[in-house]
Amino acid sequence: MDFNLTEEQTAIQDSLKRYLTKDYGFEQRRALTKTPLGHSAEAWATYAELGILALPFPESAGGLGGNAIDTMLIAETLGASLALEPFLSTIVLSGSLINEIGTPAQRDTLLGGITQGTLQVALAHGEAGARYATNHVATTAKKDGAGWSLSGHKAVVLNAPSADKLLVSARTSGSAFDANGVSLFIVDAKAAGVTVRAYATQDSHRAGEVLLKDVKVGADALVGSVNQALPAIEHAIDRGIAALCAEAVGVMAALNAATLEYLKTRKQFGQPIGKFQALQHRMAEMAIATEHARSMALLAAVKVESADVAERRRNVSAAKAYIGQSARKVGQEAVQMHGGMGVTDELIVSHFFKRLTVINATFGDADHHLGKFSDSLLAA
Amino acid sequence: MNLDYSPEEQKFRDEVRSFIQANLPADIRDKVKTGGARGGKEDIVRWQKILYEKGWGASSWPEQYGGPGWNAVQRHIFDDECAEAGTPMQLPFGLKMVAPVIMRFGNEAQKSHFLPRILSAEDWWCQGYSEPGAGSDLASLKTRAIRGTDAEGEHYIVNGQKTWNTLGQYADWIFCLVRTSTEGRQQEGISFLLINMKTPGITVRPIIMLDGEHEVNEVWFENVRVPVENRVGDENKGWTYAKFLLGHERTGIAGVGRSKAALRRLKSLARRQQGDNGKPLIEDQRFRDRIAQVEMELMALEITNLKLISEEDKAHAPGPEASMLKIKGSEIQQTLTELCMQALGPYALPWLHDGQDLAGSSQPLAENFAVRDTGTSGSYFNTRKTTIYGGSSEVQKNIISQMILGL
Repeated sequence: MDFNLTEEQTAIQDSLKRYLTKDYGFEQRRALTKTPLGHSAEAWATYAELGILALPFPESAGGLGGNAIDTMLIAETLGASLALEPFLSTIVLSGSLINEIGTPAQRDTLLGGITQGTLQVALAHGEAGARYATNHVATTAKKDGAGWSLSGHKAVVLNAPSADKLLVSARTSGSAFDANGVSLFIVDAKAAGVTVRAYATQDSHRAGEVLLKDVKVGADALVGSVNQALPAIEHAIDRGIAALCAEAVGVMAALNAATLEYLKTRKQFGQPIGKFQALQHRMAEMAIATEHARSMALLAAVKVESADVAERRRNVSAAKAYIGQSARKVGQEAVQMHGGMGVTDELIVSHFFKRLTVINATFGDADHHLGKFSDSLLAA
Repeated sequence: MNLDYSPEEQKFRDEVRSFIQANLPADIRDKVKTGGARGGKEDIVRWQKILYEKGWGASSWPEQYGGPGWNAVQRHIFDDECAEAGTPMQLPFGLKMVAPVIMRFGNEAQKSHFLPRILSAEDWWCQGYSEPGAGSDLASLKTRAIRGTDAEGEHYIVNGQKTWNTLGQYADWIFCLVRTSTEGRQQEGISFLLINMKTPGITVRPIIMLDGEHEVNEVWFENVRVPVENRVGDENKGWTYAKFLLGHERTGIAGVGRSKAALRRLKSLARRQQGDNGKPLIEDQRFRDRIAQVEMELMALEITNLKLISEEDKAHAPGPEASMLKIKGSEIQQTLTELCMQALGPYALPWLHDGQDLAGSSQPLAENFAVRDTGTSGSYFNTRKTTIYGGSSEVQKNIISQMILGL
């Protein structure tokens, strides 16, 4: 049993934290949300320079040979600054998927750009009509000569608006809910027949609906084996969930610190409101929730590469459910304890709260994952 | 003991329902049902004028000032029917806050001037209570009113800052608690002033809420001259008048009618959205249990509300019990908005400003994310304010602890 971080792990987290503290303050972030890109190209380049984007990939692919713990530390640090850059979609979701089942040519072409910060890739898997089910794919890929023709509608694709390429899951056989029959394709975001309806999300990130109408792709666009992409896609999503868990912990810790500071400095009735026992107890509960959430994020990171898929799923769902619940409690309490200031756009508190709310609704909310974990008890 | 409405009350409900159906403009009704409970300024004014023409502009006012002569149960039925039909809100600051104070403590000139203009929506009122340093501790307010005389007569010169001023950007008048004395207890140096928003020296600055909406403001007063005739009641007695409001006509604070409408919307959403298996979300037991739970809470709230209402017309006017209604009512409002957002699943994420994507299109994003659903997450975020405003839940619990439980 070892809870220690290596020197390298601490060093990377510190360098990222230093950069963000200096150059990614709240008002800078606010300005970024109003730009066409919606995030900082400069920060993305800096993450590349610091090795952040290369960290989770093997050295053979131009990476630094890091693991899920490294990803956890990065995600947590990005969360504390409410960073807007597409680390989750490009690195964790798409990058890991290409690394795991991509052809050597695809890995060569794509991972270089990804790790150097010159290529953004968004994973377009989820669709409307079946909530958080990962096995529901109605988008179709019909054989078209040596390649395929893709048609369908992908829902709430994170960072689609700035993506150069899209990883699109489409059904090559079977019916909409079949686990077998799902294939994965790399598609140029500007390909004929691709429409991205871009929008901001509630937490000031960007996402979009990806509409595909007879999008023609060649044989070399297939990622992994025909009909068999779903297990790898679900694994990538679990990595994404583990990263979101860690990011949520970073947000919760920052929110606790802000709330604690407010309790110590805001005076009413002649004293700091932190002197009132009712608020002290609730602040203590927020501290407990965050510490335990941190433990669950660690569990998710440790188990997300487990060879036993059932064990991986069970632990990742437990973490997502638990953290969804704790983040909701911490977020709502932080807003409440800040009084009127907590519901303004001006103060950072509501932005932390909105990010936590969005994280909970991404890749399955607390109730969804409680259900998954609960179902796993039947198998035990 | 009888929890049913009487035949007369049922007949009254039918009369109200028919009137609303015949007179609520369709464009307003559709807007409110999609955009939320408020309606825009024009909608609120338009609806107020329609009610005023009917003689129903202020359900709780005494008949001598234009009230319809309803008892508490009838007022409750009226609120219920308005919520179900999707009417805009009636602006409470004039009708339910400053008007009762003027009626009870104002002079004849103030009554005859201000009350008709509130009733007919000619004057839009806002409230000047909270300050940056005086939230829960309202009595510590510092906005200063210094009395003086000049060629035009006796007046106060007001300097200070009010905050959390709702919809003041539209206001003609503001009623303010100001400090007229710094001697003795804080509560004993406060006066109640009516101030024309066009008076030189008043600046209104927007405060943007977390959902991006402009609904509250800061109001700055710089040497604002207020004729002494605009003071309600006696100098330094303003805190008494403000406290009077806390015990007056507070049973509407539960928001039962609005929450019943929100619950209907939640169920409709749960039938339209799909669960993980593609079937209607309402068939998902875990989610349905959550709807059942909040419905139970609302049932308990409605009956408690009716119980207190039935006492309102008797000698004993509920005061501190209203704190229970405020706490539970606000929490239920929050749960309902949260479940509506949760029902959307991944579609809780999109933020469509003015209903548009970044290219300016307002076409629905998906089959189960209609235009009327686009404000759902925003409502969840905005509704966090209900346990904070109007006396936070913490303050309400203190009132219950001290005034009901004697702790």
